[in-house]
Amino acid sequence: MDHNVVGKSVRRLDAIAKVTGRAKYTDDFHERDMLVGKVLRSPHAHARITRIDTAKAKALPGVVAVITAADLPTIRFATAGHPWSLDPGHRDVEDRLILADKARFVGDAVAAVVAEDALTAEKALHLIDVEWEVLPHVLTAEDAMKEGAPVIHEFRPNNVVSSFGVQFGDVEAEMAGADHVFEGDYETGIVQHCHIESMSAFAYVDTDGRVVVNSSTQIPHIVRRIVAQALGLPWGRVKVIKPYIGGGFGNKQDVCVEPLAAAMSLAAHGRPVRYCLTREEVFIDTRTRHAMKLHLKTAVSREGVLKGIHVQVLSNTGAYASHGHSIAMSAGGKFRPLYDFKAVKYEPKTVYTNLPVAGAMRGYGTPQIFFALESHLDDIARKLGMDPVELRLKNLIKVGHQDPLTRNVVRSFGIPECIRKGMEAIRWEEKRAALGAQDGPRRKGLGMALFAYASGTHPVALELAGARIVMNQDGSVTLQVGATEIGQGSDTVFAQIVAEVLGLPMDMVNVMTTQDTDVSPWDSGAYASRQTFVTGIAVRKAAMEVRDKVLEVAARRTGLRPDEMELRDRRVVEAALGREVCTLEDVAMDAYYDRLLAAPITSDTSANVRINAMSYGATFVEVDVDVETGKVEVSEIWNVHDSGTIINPRLAEGQVHGGVSMALGYALLEQMLFDAQTGKPLNNNLLDYKLPTLLDTPEINAAFVETFDAAGSFGAKSLGECPVISPAPAVRNAVLDATGVAFHRIPLYPQAVFEKFRETGLIKQRSVEHV
Amino acid sequence: MRKLSFTVNGKAHLLEIDARESLLEVLRDRLEYTGVKQGCAVGECGACTVLIDGTPVNSCIYLAAWAEGKDIRTVEGLAVDGRLSPVQEAFVEEGAIQCGFCTPGLVLSTTAMVESGRTFTRDEVRRELSGHLCRCTGYQKIVDAAERALQEAKQGAE
Amino acid sequence: MFDICELLEPATLREAKEMLKADPGLRVIAGGTDVLIRLQHGSLGGSSLLSLRRIKELEAIRLLGDGTLEVGAMAPFTRIFEDPLVRERCMILAEASVSMGGPQIRNVATIGGNICNGAVSADSASTLFALDALLKLETLDDERIIPIADFYAGPGKVNLRPGELLTAVLLPREGYEGAGGHYIKYAMRKAMDIATLGCAAVARVEEGRFLDLRIGLGVAAPVPIRCTEAEGWAKGREVSIETIREVAALAVKPSRARTSWRASKEYREHLIEVLVMRAVAEAVKRAGDCCAD
Repeated sequence: MDHNVVGKSVRRLDAIAKVTGRAKYTDDFHERDMLVGKVLRSPHAHARITRIDTAKAKALPGVVAVITAADLPTIRFATAGHPWSLDPGHRDVEDRLILADKARFVGDAVAAVVAEDALTAEKALHLIDVEWEVLPHVLTAEDAMKEGAPVIHEFRPNNVVSSFGVQFGDVEAEMAGADHVFEGDYETGIVQHCHIESMSAFAYVDTDGRVVVNSSTQIPHIVRRIVAQALGLPWGRVKVIKPYIGGGFGNKQDVCVEPLAAAMSLAAHGRPVRYCLTREEVFIDTRTRHAMKLHLKTAVSREGVLKGIHVQVLSNTGAYASHGHSIAMSAGGKFRPLYDFKAVKYEPKTVYTNLPVAGAMRGYGTPQIFFALESHLDDIARKLGMDPVELRLKNLIKVGHQDPLTRNVVRSFGIPECIRKGMEAIRWEEKRAALGAQDGPRRKGLGMALFAYASGTHPVALELAGARIVMNQDGSVTLQVGATEIGQGSDTVFAQIVAEVLGLPMDMVNVMTTQDTDVSPWDSGAYASRQTFVTGIAVRKAAMEVRDKVLEVAARRTGLRPDEMELRDRRVVEAALGREVCTLEDVAMDAYYDRLLAAPITSDTSANVRINAMSYGATFVEVDVDVETGKVEVSEIWNVHDSGTIINPRLAEGQVHGGVSMALGYALLEQMLFDAQTGKPLNNNLLDYKLPTLLDTPEINAAFVETFDAAGSFGAKSLGECPVISPAPAVRNAVLDATGVAFHRIPLYPQAVFEKFRETGLIKQRSVEHV
Repeated sequence: MRKLSFTVNGKAHLLEIDARESLLEVLRDRLEYTGVKQGCAVGECGACTVLIDGTPVNSCIYLAAWAEGKDIRTVEGLAVDGRLSPVQEAFVEEGAIQCGFCTPGLVLSTTAMVESGRTFTRDEVRRELSGHLCRCTGYQKIVDAAERALQEAKQGAE
Repeated sequence: MFDICELLEPATLREAKEMLKADPGLRVIAGGTDVLIRLQHGSLGGSSLLSLRRIKELEAIRLLGDGTLEVGAMAPFTRIFEDPLVRERCMILAEASVSMGGPQIRNVATIGGNICNGAVSADSASTLFALDALLKLETLDDERIIPIADFYAGPGKVNLRPGELLTAVLLPREGYEGAGGHYIKYAMRKAMDIATLGCAAVARVEEGRFLDLRIGLGVAAPVPIRCTEAEGWAKGREVSIETIREVAALAVKPSRARTSWRASKEYREHLIEVLVMRAVAEAVKRAGDCCAD
């Protein structure tokens, strides 16, 4: 299909604002008399507060308020950024208070100080006297489920948030009848989003008595609801503003700081209070990615046909549920529309422990499950003596595949082409043939992995998106959405959709990038790679409404029927002749100023999107393994994606580059570490947490296989989260190829690689022992 | 309190400051150069980078008092008469910007490279920018943008 | 805001010495990339700072009459990395300097600060050990010059007497002349990281034999160390893979590596062996190149 704007790498709308430093983020707004809020955090992983005395802190000059759980409503609320569910059985777990009544992890917030400046607030924290009754704690899911384990939340005496699972077919029968049954255990570490902007909000009470929260969030409308719920306010009494945000990656699809910021302001009689976490606090008291342990058991025919799979998952969600079991469940849904299993049994358990809270992070459970599955498939291929690519090709689903559980239908499936393109790009056959057996201290290996992902959450949750367009007098338009630009480029993509439908150049489409819940249409926000797909549908619908109205006015002017005209390059054109009949400006002026018929052209619509589209892709990677030091480096990497139509190739490449780099950190470097005895974080800063620097990041290659999915706007499917899913198992498989050593846990950081190499004899014991 | 006299983006300032303040705080809170971003406050992310007498420095771990008599440049000072600097232009054109939070610092470090008049290999470009963390871009288009800016500056000089 | 009481900014070395004599409790701050971070993390609160940043005389890098290379304590790492004297005579020090932190940190962090904070992971330390560097320490009334090995007293502890300032690092000619050197910083990341192990080797080779070999290690013990047994063993022996392998094995002996969450004792010891092999091999190669000139 031929498009004017869609498919073009137009400049992102916010580029100038960001490159000149004029884009304002939450911390860039200053209110007069703004106060600073700071939090007292538990030094214990699990402890009851037997007494808390704030008198000395309150007496410190410059302190405006000190609050504890006793000063706040005892309403337990859920923090996950999901649309509200009218079905109480489908709601997120309500296990949180604004300030904790009992500390459940090191860093749990138990008191807050509001003061004139940060130093005073810090000093006041030291003056709060807390008497703790330290309780036994658990850090692993296994320990938490043991008989007699300490109970973290009274309403879950076994610490299991949920063990709800799904299945279809008869897995036991497939296992019994299979030529081979392979089993494997895989494990992933705890990582953090590390958006470079902190988690931050400021709140005040406005002149109309309403609570206003300005927050760095992906989900302003949901934040409004949750702040209101936590404080026991009518939802309309809260207003949330989202300015530019410095990255989210799922961490800001959760409500971490806003209710407390609001409570701080209320305690300070409505004065503005800023609550911005330090980097160290971001690591411990926002969200992390769930550590998972996965046991895979797969029935396979001798020809390599995958028959059935049984997946058991232990997901460590930390001290509060946050997104809880949704993440383990989401993981279980994504591989089914990739490999054609006859039977699947998926048994996840999400478990509370005394660790920082795990929540949504780019990929939402899929980086974990695809690490396990794609590693497992390479292990199986080795055992069968098959080529790993061949094993996968043999088992792919086909277009038209319908998932027996979600009922989602696969309408476009670019995986075979992604594989072909990736193999060609990295010269898979040629390099593999050339490598052969290696035994030196530096070895090379090739690996690959596939993934599948969805576009939004249907049918699990509501997918509602709003869009509003107003046409200005000159024929330009202003678009408002409730969906959030968080760096991924969604505003630009929406503008491209509008420009395409209305035949406008990009500079005649304005997008309001700030969301204000009083003004912005309702949308659940940036998550689940949903916005281009779901909000894109709403935006296109709004643009079509505007187009229809434009054509009606044009029909009045010209006497032609609306269906005889088209919009092209700021003009209304008689379709059959390609002849201009009037300009958009003519139409807009009529709509504003015609004495009889004036009615400005607007649309204000929403889309309740009850359909999904699966996105796909593959990673091909070459690694260098320094066998002597245990260092693994990526020397070449290709991520090839089927995300349907690519609306903006340059933005899409940017998503892939960033996602791959995040995934390489996950595969090789990043992990949050805790002291096993105390549960204290060991590396909650950007020096000790090994976020890849530029020098640790290889040149990253992004490629696309464009399919067309009829459900999406112009055939587009999801992309944002897709690139983080397959690189980790591809790297792991490449290390297997290089060394013959199968790793079962990420990250493959040097200490772990060293240990494994020593265990497998690749590294010999030192020649000289010393005492 | 003490006096601080320095220039920011070519404009002379005489301020009363507290010796306890960082340069970051003075630039952001007193002078409202909010293009200077705080990402970690301890020199581990590079978001707060400014040019001090042309040299990139993390302003979060630099005492404001040390800026006495110095020439400070922030991202706000790069565009002249509403025209983007060539480095800014390169970042825009190459698509090196996503969330934008690390952008000001990276643009400034690239500016320092361009203004040094030296030539840099791609590996040297990567090293010179390695004091900036970015979580969005995988650095790919940032390095492309820096190379483009350096190349254009070189062509301009020829 | 940093939680400090007072900031003193002397313009001359003499003034600084006077201030320090008057109040030996002052905390000396050089580039600030260590002290200000510690303040930000809530330690050192309430200190008064004596800033040396205005004392330009302490930034100089120069060659003394006897061939000693003098690096002012306030020389920032970027300056050291780029300095022609350093690059010509002591490339290994340039190598160590550029391995430290990231560019913005190197633009302000100084060699004196790096040494005085006493960190065993200091990127300059193992190289300076291998170069037999001397430190010039001055008080208002006194001056002493000591080997760098005598300066490190324990983790984060150095032998600075009350009122004393480190003013220069001295690299005697015998330490660098005719020698090839190589520093390997082994860390999890290639920028902005602290070393898991720092390994510096300086070698002089004559007619295919080790005339002299010096190996400095960081993070191998509570303080940076030299591998004297390995060095002594190498002396006079033929330069060969076997010799270097033996040197590497012996280099592990003086180490007192310990297990922490960053790395295990076993891994660090293994790294010592591997990295000493690599560093010595490269140093030898460079020594050859340097003799060929």
